[in-house]
Amino acid sequence: MRWKTTTYSGWGNHLRATGQLARPEKTALLAPLLADEPAPAIGNRRSYGDACLNSDGRAIDMTRLDNLIGFDPDSGTLHAQAGVLIGDILDIFGPLGWMPAVMPGTGFVTLGGAIANDVHGKNHELTGSFGQHVASIELINQAGDIETITTETHPDLFRATIGGLGQTGVIASATLRLARCPGGTIAVSERRMADLDAFLDAFHGSTATYQVGWIDMGARGESMGRGILEEGSPAEGRFAKPRKLRAVPFTLPGFAINRLSVRAFNALYLRRVPKSGRERERPLRDFFFPLDRVLNWNRVYGKRGFQQFQCILPDETAPAALREMLDLISASGIASPLSVLKRLGPGRAGMLSFPMQGFTLAVDIATKKGSNALLAS
Amino acid sequence: MTETWIILGASSAIARAFARQQAATGARLILAGRNHQELLEQAQDLCLRGAPEADAAEFDIRNPGTFAPIIDLAAQTTGTVNAAVFVGSMPEQADIDRDPDLLDTVVLDNFTGPAHFLHALAPLLEARGKGTVIGIGSVAGDRGRLGNYAYGAAKAGFHTYLSGLRNRLGRKGVQVITVKPGFVDTAMTWGIEGMFLVASPEDIAKALITATRKRKNEIYTPWFWRYIMLIIRNIPEFIFKKLSI
Ligand SMILES: Cc1cc2nc3c(=O)[nH]c(=O)nc-3n(C[C@H](O)[C@H](O)[C@H](O)COP(=O)(O)OP(=O)(O)OC[C@H]3O[C@@H](n4cnc5c(N)ncnc54)[C@H](O)[C@@H]3O)c2cc1C
Ligand SMILES: NC(=O)c1ccc[n+]([C@@H]2O[C@H](COP(=O)([O-])OP(=O)(O)OC[C@H]3O[C@@H](n4cnc5c(N)ncnc54)[C@H](OP(=O)(O)O)[C@@H]3O)[C@@H](O)[C@H]2O)c1
Repeated sequence: MRWKTTTYSGWGNHLRATGQLARPEKTALLAPLLADEPAPAIGNRRSYGDACLNSDGRAIDMTRLDNLIGFDPDSGTLHAQAGVLIGDILDIFGPLGWMPAVMPGTGFVTLGGAIANDVHGKNHELTGSFGQHVASIELINQAGDIETITTETHPDLFRATIGGLGQTGVIASATLRLARCPGGTIAVSERRMADLDAFLDAFHGSTATYQVGWIDMGARGESMGRGILEEGSPAEGRFAKPRKLRAVPFTLPGFAINRLSVRAFNALYLRRVPKSGRERERPLRDFFFPLDRVLNWNRVYGKRGFQQFQCILPDETAPAALREMLDLISASGIASPLSVLKRLGPGRAGMLSFPMQGFTLAVDIATKKGSNALLAS
Repeated sequence: MTETWIILGASSAIARAFARQQAATGARLILAGRNHQELLEQAQDLCLRGAPEADAAEFDIRNPGTFAPIIDLAAQTTGTVNAAVFVGSMPEQADIDRDPDLLDTVVLDNFTGPAHFLHALAPLLEARGKGTVIGIGSVAGDRGRLGNYAYGAAKAGFHTYLSGLRNRLGRKGVQVITVKPGFVDTAMTWGIEGMFLVASPEDIAKALITATRKRKNEIYTPWFWRYIMLIIRNIPEFIFKKLSI
């Protein structure tokens, strides 16, 4: 197996690693590769930070080991190699009536990456985390031994692997319990939220399957915490044809994301939805992966990239803590478009999983003077 | 009418992407490769991605005695038989310089082997009177470069063979497409220095499907390689011989 010495980064393009990568294209190469030289696996590098980087070391790129292995159309059980993309599972099995029970905000993550980060979706409160829908994992340990693990056979190892950031070995394949997919669309309702209290109340009152809030981090004073609450429930519309992707052809200069451009963007984004709100049916991909329409959208953040700050706040402390963070971020003057507020339930499948009951805020922050100080505070 | 595609060299990343795109349109597939277990896994994957049927046939391009089962499988189908040849090998020029016997295998894998196979398949295609043959050549075949002229020479031979085959099969309604990819991100090029404008296997596969639909004779893919190679072909020999591009 040839090793490629390269400099690579996560989705945020902020931290970089220089190291050697192998990218096996044949299943049979994987175990011997590990026995030869233990190395962690990486997926499609959709982690924002350094989870998928191994500086000065070696790593195994899993994206080419992406076969579907088996599917039972009665129970919706899918066995697939770790490199399969979650968006592809949706495209292929949606029309057959099944889809991943949990999907992150981009379809470009691998099955292995979704397990290793125990990802959550817009339906976390109801459905829990990705790992809760994993029936078994085929894991290759550092000695190159292959083992199939489940909650029954290896309770500790299984829970350490889900959300374990690849530290227990390489996930070669996994069996997923897919969820029913009644149709090709989601019935979406969008409502403007005047301020943070209105936002949190609306989340508490919502019974929709999918819930996600877009929050305007620049708004201050009375409108602090304003935004849009998007609620969705599965609908039976037709499956859309795969859409044409657009790409950001090159990395934009670092100043492209500035206070003015972001303020204009946020204002436009809010105004898209009329005061009275709107209801519409959206194709599955448009609803689940709104940002995927533009490949490489991370390039708008320039060479220095960006960092994502994400936290989780229990219900009791959420209002006060969110207010404080909104204050800090809007006062810092560091522009941050597209901040996401979501409600999470208690579901988690791993020892180190991120989710717990409460609210989660995710803010993208361009790497600029002062951004590290802001993140530190 | 069902379309059947013979995928020769099914384990290549470009071939895998192409087979998946064909499977999604409901084509039947005959996968030919060196490793049976791998072929079975791939066949299963393709069936889950929409292929009504996918068969596995083990073969070695260096041994024409292994071709018959592939052609038999194709002959048993009704409808249109098509073939895409992805087989090829690219040892480093330095290795060939050290061991000139490698010249024979480079020519065998990239030119005479595929030509043997297509010659064996041609009568079936002529009898059906339709279908498409895709032959994967390379921009490397357009001019002998210091870095890989043995591989380039074999590909150039294959290009010329395909042009003659097009002339022969075209008379019977069979389309032959010569494909000259630039750099593609596959196992063949992984970790090799000096790659630029590297295309994904999926994009190359898409270009093959478009070329089939448009009944092209020859394509460069991605398209801009036509112009890069136009320039490279037109550099006068007395200058070219001093360049190490
Ligand atoms: C636009 C966008 C939206 C997102 N939305 C969400 C969201 O809503 N919810 C959420 O939870 N996350 C979200 N994420 C984060 C993303 O889902 C996770 O970072 C995910 O783990 C990325 O998967 P990947 O395949 O790219 O893996 P990588 O980023 O390459 O790797 C992630 C981790 O998984 C490990 N890993 C990968 N493959 C394997 C394997 N085969 N075996 C063992 N370990 C492995 C790596 O070692 C690493 O620690 C989002 C990311 C983006 C870019
Ligand atoms: N990658 C590029 O930049 C590039 C550029 C231009 C043209 N091409 C051409 O594109 C085609 C596909 O190559 P790739 O890049 O996808 O690399 P690859 O993965 O190395 O593909 C080569 C294919 O040929 C098969 N093969 C080699 N020797 C064989 C033999 N003796 N018998 C049977 N099959 C044999 C390989 O099978 P095994 O898996 O069994 O080895 C593999 O399927 C090749 O013709 C290549 O020359 C590639």
